Amino acid sequence: MAQMTMIQAITDALRTELRNDENVLVFGEDVGVNGGVFRATEGLQKEFGEDRVFDTPLAESGIGGLAIGLTTQGFRPVPEIQFFGFLFEVMDSVSGQMARWRYRTGGTFHAPITIRSPFGGGVHTPEMHADSLEGLMAQQPGLKVVIPSTPYDAKGLLISAIRDNDPVIFLEHMKLYRSFRQEVPEEEYTIPLGKAEVKREGSDLTIVAYGAMVHDSLKAAEELEKEGHSVEVIDLRTISPLDIDTIITSVEKTNRAIVVQEAQKQAGIAAQVVAEISDRAILSLEAPVLRVAAPDTVYPFSQAEPVWLPNHKDIIETAKKVLQF
Amino acid sequence: MASKTKKTQFDAVKTLENIESQFEMVQILNEKGEIVEDALVPDLSDEQLTELMRRMVYTRILDQRSISLNRQGRLGFYAPTAGQEASQLASHFALEKEDFILPGYRDVPQIIWHGLPLYKAFLFSRGHFVGNQIPEGVNVIPPQIIIGAQYVQAAGVALGFKKRGKQAVAVTYTGDGGSSQGDFYEGINFAGAYGAPAIFIVQNNQFAISTPRDKQTAATTIAQKAIAAGIPGVLVDGMDPLAVYKVVKEARARAVNGEGPTLIETMCYRYGPHTMAGDDPTRYRTSDTDSEWEKKDPLVRFRNYLVNKGIWNEEKENEVIEQAKEDIKVAIKKADDTPKQKVTDLISNMYEELPNNLQEQYEIYKEKESK
Repeated sequence: MAQMTMIQAITDALRTELRNDENVLVFGEDVGVNGGVFRATEGLQKEFGEDRVFDTPLAESGIGGLAIGLTTQGFRPVPEIQFFGFLFEVMDSVSGQMARWRYRTGGTFHAPITIRSPFGGGVHTPEMHADSLEGLMAQQPGLKVVIPSTPYDAKGLLISAIRDNDPVIFLEHMKLYRSFRQEVPEEEYTIPLGKAEVKREGSDLTIVAYGAMVHDSLKAAEELEKEGHSVEVIDLRTISPLDIDTIITSVEKTNRAIVVQEAQKQAGIAAQVVAEISDRAILSLEAPVLRVAAPDTVYPFSQAEPVWLPNHKDIIETAKKVLQF
Repeated sequence: MASKTKKTQFDAVKTLENIESQFEMVQILNEKGEIVEDALVPDLSDEQLTELMRRMVYTRILDQRSISLNRQGRLGFYAPTAGQEASQLASHFALEKEDFILPGYRDVPQIIWHGLPLYKAFLFSRGHFVGNQIPEGVNVIPPQIIIGAQYVQAAGVALGFKKRGKQAVAVTYTGDGGSSQGDFYEGINFAGAYGAPAIFIVQNNQFAISTPRDKQTAATTIAQKAIAAGIPGVLVDGMDPLAVYKVVKEARARAVNGEGPTLIETMCYRYGPHTMAGDDPTRYRTSDTDSEWEKKDPLVRFRNYLVNKGIWNEEKENEVIEQAKEDIKVAIKKADDTPKQKVTDLISNMYEELPNNLQEQYEIYKEKESK
């Protein structure tokens, strides 16, 4: 075991898979000799060579097309989109092409591609760096969307994502890259995609969260505990497909739930979680399922992040509304 | 007051003119079927020449029958190909089996001649997933509907060949309108930056639906767009099978020799509408233009050339026509006999392992389908 930050765990997962499978290719803008703008690919080109880990021209759409083309020759591409706000440049390659590749060819071809990309607020990035666009991806049939919140999860989920034979969008929250360390096994291990984890057990309220909001939810749960409320926190880890069983089992136990996301209320995936709970567990509910989400504006100018981004106080406030309904 | 204007040393207009003058159209056969460039005549045997003619005639019949079957409602989406036989089939004729084709929506003939069964091409037209199930060993993807996407993907296929050390090329096609897309530029630029073995063909058939070529760009040729990627660009008479074959063959040789990609503009014309979905070409082009291009018909000039060589005659041509009609009849029947699609089929084709939402929906539709 080693103490790792999330970014170190990601590098470790990439190194593991580059070693395990010669078809794995890592490429993107500045991921080679530079080791990535966040050092996620640090040392990989040196260890595996320019043939395996290489830079691309500055064009996201081209990177997406490159990945798709490489799959036809048996490669397993792990491209990087430098910031997920740049998704719009490559939206066709992702949603219009690779997500549909297996279906449109009736299984003749498939796209074992893992797109890594940083996102998320709280670190005062410039425009179009921090936007939470996972909701767009979750609406596209053919993709899986993974968002880890801990170093341990990041490594196991990324290895699973790379080994998956269908396209996976792997979103890395920038605020979580180096915010804390955790014990991470040095050997390889996997965490199944599509499986949530109960990060804290409780009996009065279920908080469903993902990304940076998992940590705000855990903080909120601790404070609520002091006031006598036992709160269960579920980290979705994969936001598409949703782990319905874990969510419903928890809600049937606690009879109350809130869904917490950093994205705007009209975006993200909270509405989907609420709808699934409504479909499957409405008779267990003692109160409506409320959402914690950002205002429905464009992502804030960096100085306005503290007043705009949802935090543990918003979670406590919404939790109390549901607990006292 | 007279000002002393210093005359600039730099003449931007001249630079442009110099560039444009470098893109002269390659032609080997003129409209009468006479050789106009002896030195460029490709090394093709009599059998190869007649086989190319056979494919072009066959494809002209395929176009006529497809239009007719579409009108009868026995085909769906169809983009006519008449007029582009030299551009489509002579370019394909220069390829090898191991080469990988990324066609646009109009480039069904190339993937048929590369090995896609005709009935599958008809199922593609109708909208059936079996049409896109490409047989093992046939290196093509289904026709690409998103104009330009095939270009960035071709750069990836080509890089894949290079990394595997294979002596093969990725070949992709778009139209004149498609050369305005971002993916067009990104595709040729990526292939250039990686020195990847790709051949990018722009079939300039003069119109993107109703928009004429000169409304796409102020560039006098599309071939010169290769300069932006730092790769060779060639303008070729797209109604001349020998010229198209020759330039593609050379581009292929350069590519497999590790010398990188080439952009080829084939100057051609489509006689029919853009697609059979209600486009009416009389709204945007004149019958004068149509008849001017009909004089350049690739079949007419190639027929004259082969007849003069004594290796083609009416009897041979009629044999091809009858064969094509018979094959088409059999293929349509086979398409008719293909089982209808079920929602459970569509679900099964989504992922290797179905996620829980689809597992649940699969059971729901399986139940419905069993009633």
